[in-house]
Amino acid sequence: MSRIFLMLIRRDLLLARKQGGGSLLSITFFVLVVSLFPLGVGPAPETLERIAAGTIWVAALLSVLLSLDRMFQADLEDGSLDQLALLPLPLSLVVLAKTIAHWLTTGLPLTLAAPLLGLLMQLSPDAYGALIAAMLLGTPILSLIGAIGAALTVGVRRGGVLLTLIVTPLYIPVLIFGVSAAEAAAQGFSYSAHMLFLSAILSGAIVIAPIAAAWALKLALD
Amino acid sequence: MHRFANPTRFLRLAAAVLPFSAAVAALCLGAGLVWGLFFAPPDYQQGDTVRIMFIHVPAAMMAMGVYAGMAISSGIALIWRHAVADLIAKASAPIGATFCFICLLTGSLWGKPMWGTWWVWDARLTSMLIMLFIYLGYMALWQAFDDQTKAARAAAILALVGAINLPVIKFSVEWWNTLHQPASLITMSGPKIHASLLWPLLLMIVGFGAYYLTVLIYRVRAEIHLRRTRMLRLAQADRHAAMQAAE
Repeated sequence: MSRIFLMLIRRDLLLARKQGGGSLLSITFFVLVVSLFPLGVGPAPETLERIAAGTIWVAALLSVLLSLDRMFQADLEDGSLDQLALLPLPLSLVVLAKTIAHWLTTGLPLTLAAPLLGLLMQLSPDAYGALIAAMLLGTPILSLIGAIGAALTVGVRRGGVLLTLIVTPLYIPVLIFGVSAAEAAAQGFSYSAHMLFLSAILSGAIVIAPIAAAWALKLALD
Repeated sequence: MHRFANPTRFLRLAAAVLPFSAAVAALCLGAGLVWGLFFAPPDYQQGDTVRIMFIHVPAAMMAMGVYAGMAISSGIALIWRHAVADLIAKASAPIGATFCFICLLTGSLWGKPMWGTWWVWDARLTSMLIMLFIYLGYMALWQAFDDQTKAARAAAILALVGAINLPVIKFSVEWWNTLHQPASLITMSGPKIHASLLWPLLLMIVGFGAYYLTVLIYRVRAEIHLRRTRMLRLAQADRHAAMQAAE
């Protein structure tokens, strides 16, 4: 069973690589959105430092949001979703495998790119550790909650806009805890409470999201 | 509960409840409004603006209560494939969204004289706004499917996910400290509002609840009739096609 699970992750990673540009596109979008902010609010370093963590988080959230609609869509279109549903693996684990692959191709690269954007945004040197740690815990939550939205809207007309409408409100806690972790660290406070909250949300999401998304996918397979 | 999965039985019950709920709504809302707006004393600090509370607080409670009801009926619909529960959840959403909007609107009107601004990013306001977004997403998901059974199941999943997420959102938003006064109606040590304001407020809350029930019955009834009409039309079209084939 775990062999199939790992093979599924490898399959999605391979597809992402061969189809090309998935992660690269997300990162480019991420950098692009962040670099709009200095142009919008002015290049004064103290302003940028004040909004750095928030900007980076919001941009990361948008990049993840943008990548969600392909999560199950391609598999539905070429019929492989039907095959995946026939695997001896519960559909919720299939979803989990696909979510992990999604995180490896979007959330993780975004987290790795974040320090560079921190430099561009004059992020306080004390905040880097907190920002990265919070993104490592937070971006998997984005992928998991996103999987529910993607599964609910797969095969739906204009699913992309609907997906954004459904998922964005659910992302708010991650944004708040993620940003306030970096801000606490920048002011020299401990940020372990924020990490604990993010871990708690992640643990809950790992359990609930694959099941809910699998229910939703069964609707598309009917 | 399963008795009322049968729409006909539900319609009979609804017809029996409707006059009472409509009467309670009219009486409580009428009496509560007159009492609250004309006879209740002005607050010693807030003056006459405190009267906004008689709309604002019940609307806020109903916005949350309706979501809870929607989530519960979604759960029932998902687990037992209860047909009427689906319709109740569907019919509740626009009502709850409207309560949510009224709450935000009156809150903004109240905020201007009290806090000096139409809007603040305070915890309670923000979580109310997010709740409005969740209501809108839920309604949009219903619209997105042609097949009503699929729409019902997808929307039910979303309502339940939202119900799990709402407390987390509420808590996370409370993380930023707050301008809004903390709860003063339901506290461990009993209500902290003077009786002269409390009674009209309670009347309004009961009135809002009865009003919700009344509108809900109308909406569910309309939805049941709509579906019957669609079924009849389909059957008629089938018969028509069969007759043409026979000729």
